[in-house]
Amino acid sequence: MIDEKITGAEALIKSLLAEGVDTVFGYPGGAIIPVYDVLYGYTDKLRHILVRHEQAATHAAQGYARVTGRVGVALVTSGPGATNTITGITDALMDSTPMVVISGQTDSRGLGTDAFQETDVIGITQPVTKWNYQVRRAEDIPWAVSRAFYIASSGRPGPVVLDVTKDAQNGKLDWAYEKCNYIRSYDPDPEISSLAVSEAADLINGAARPLIIAGRGVMISQAENELLALAEKADIPVINTLLGLSTIPSDHRLYKGMAGMHGNIGANVATNACDVLIAVGMRFDDRVTGDCETYARQAKIVHIDIDPSEFNKNIHSHVSILGDAKKVLGQLVGLVGEARHDEWLATFERPDAVEYEKVIRDEVFPTEGMLNMGEVARRVSEASGNKAVLVTDVGQNQMLSSRYFKFSESRSIVTSGGLGTMGFGLPAAIGAKIGAPDRQVCLFVGDGGLQMTVQELGTILEYKVPVKIILLNNNFLGMVRQWQELFYNEHYSQTPMVNPDYVTLCKAYGIPAEDVTDRAGLDDAIRRMLESPTAYLLNVQIKPNNMVFPMIPAGASIDNILLNSNERYN
Amino acid sequence: MNKLYTVTVFTENRVGLLNQISIIFTRRCLNIESLSVSPSSIPGIHKFTITVWSDRPTIAKVTKQIEKRIEVLRSFFYTDDELVYQEIALYKVPTEQLLDEKELEKIIRRYNARILEMDRKFTVIEMTGHSDETSALFNDLKKYGILQFVRSGRVAVTKTDEELLNMYLENQEKRLERIEQQCNNQ
Repeated sequence: MIDEKITGAEALIKSLLAEGVDTVFGYPGGAIIPVYDVLYGYTDKLRHILVRHEQAATHAAQGYARVTGRVGVALVTSGPGATNTITGITDALMDSTPMVVISGQTDSRGLGTDAFQETDVIGITQPVTKWNYQVRRAEDIPWAVSRAFYIASSGRPGPVVLDVTKDAQNGKLDWAYEKCNYIRSYDPDPEISSLAVSEAADLINGAARPLIIAGRGVMISQAENELLALAEKADIPVINTLLGLSTIPSDHRLYKGMAGMHGNIGANVATNACDVLIAVGMRFDDRVTGDCETYARQAKIVHIDIDPSEFNKNIHSHVSILGDAKKVLGQLVGLVGEARHDEWLATFERPDAVEYEKVIRDEVFPTEGMLNMGEVARRVSEASGNKAVLVTDVGQNQMLSSRYFKFSESRSIVTSGGLGTMGFGLPAAIGAKIGAPDRQVCLFVGDGGLQMTVQELGTILEYKVPVKIILLNNNFLGMVRQWQELFYNEHYSQTPMVNPDYVTLCKAYGIPAEDVTDRAGLDDAIRRMLESPTAYLLNVQIKPNNMVFPMIPAGASIDNILLNSNERYN
Repeated sequence: MNKLYTVTVFTENRVGLLNQISIIFTRRCLNIESLSVSPSSIPGIHKFTITVWSDRPTIAKVTKQIEKRIEVLRSFFYTDDELVYQEIALYKVPTEQLLDEKELEKIIRRYNARILEMDRKFTVIEMTGHSDETSALFNDLKKYGILQFVRSGRVAVTKTDEELLNMYLENQEKRLERIEQQCNNQ
């Protein structure tokens, strides 16, 4: 369908609309002005959120993508605009988040000449993108955008960068748009080997102690129902990776907690006790496996993933099933028999009891002393009816809120897992709230991470984004402090931190805020925060030596679990 | 155990693929021993032939990570016994030496090398073979003074009957047909 000649910049905006984009997170600059000029006339169809730093544009796009399942879009200028997005792009690659970053670029005739704000964006982003492409001609824009969205959102999702030169933005083309649905060298939905599925079903049917570990892939492929159907039919306990949290409701009888370094004891112990481990949409990250040499060695492993390069990368699997998790699990449900594993399920009782006794009771239900992160997280979760979206920053705030938040629906966690990006939380929460305006979005962030992207309070001010910010403030870089206490002779090197008065800071941004210093005032403060129609910040004073336990020391076997500074689980 | 592996990569003809592929080796600190890139027998498809010292599990993972790049069609790895392979080497020696030394002619004959070009000042000798063979000639020529020496990357063909790339391309054709049919049905 050919209409008339339009500019490349207009074609870019029309292409975004053709892909169903309604929100763009961005920041203008010289090399992207033509696009912003066109955007001026499209603000009724395409909402632009002006962030305060390009890194935040990418994290906000990630937050948006993670709660909606749709592609998050960031729009930035060349040079520093583009280089500021690298952290968010890398984060999106590590956590398989669909994102398209569009950067302006110097006029194509100036490329390679060190022109003003010229950067080799394609070269820089090659290792951290799923795909990238430099558009140098206006007529290539629709093709490049359709390809970018197809690649970003299909298969194992990831970030795509389109670097659009200024002359491509200003050039003219005949407008026509065709959605990409095929690339010869890329098959995002491979045919599932029925042989592999039946081998896996045989293993599950013969198992006495089966265990499912479900990751973010379940969420991406919307396989939550199939996961639950498989677990319930064959009576298999389910554990989650950090990014897989909320794929199964926290109160389900088969849900047995989070795996990994700060996961639940039962989940980790069971991994090294099960006879068949069914890993779905997860990649055996080292924070999950600990020492690979001792990880689930006794078990036959079934690995279901859409990315073949994950098979046998860290952990050898006996059956690898390449394909979309929803389809694979759907087939498996049909092939597995009904079973009961009461004895196996009962083995979780002891580690659960020990964890409650040694860790949870003091962390979540203390009666004296300063506030703990875990109890604050649990209180907020319960006050929201366990329905809120949990957004975290990175560190102790992340681990303790993930441990003690409860989930009743999927897509309820937005956290930086693979890259562990401090500063992720605030902008990601903004993106999440914009993507899911009808849900309560609660950000748990430390005083270190908040200050890394604190300028985004300005974005909240301008767009009135009602995110609830729970600042777990211990005046320390808490996770590094914890390692220093446990492993570095209590040398608190550069981890104590002097903080501003956050209530006053929020006042400058027009955000209601209050200090919470004691247990008695906590619940009321949480209620005021959640009931407020606006953004709200609770500056919660946390015990400085609050630590995250249980803990598997880095590189140790996953059944080598610290209960506290002095005791191990055995 | 470390062995010399030959990795072949078939790609679409697009800018930047060499970098995309080479950084996958860089990440794992694998030093590329030799590299040769050229259009393949199929129009529009480029072939990379890369040799690298590695162990089997590592090279298997690297190959899969190369295939993960969107514009890579397929990537394979082989050991030397699975391939017929060759390199080409050029040696520039002073002509004066060549004229004076009877031995030199014998050396050239023995290695099945040939003279590409000769002028008053220098002579260019060409030899094809495996790298140990071209290195042996280098050592024998050293005493006559080698002005320049250059060796190409490896080129290789497999000893197997089937062409895995062709099978892949046929499957993709079928996939395209299925997708088009789905679109028509909707």
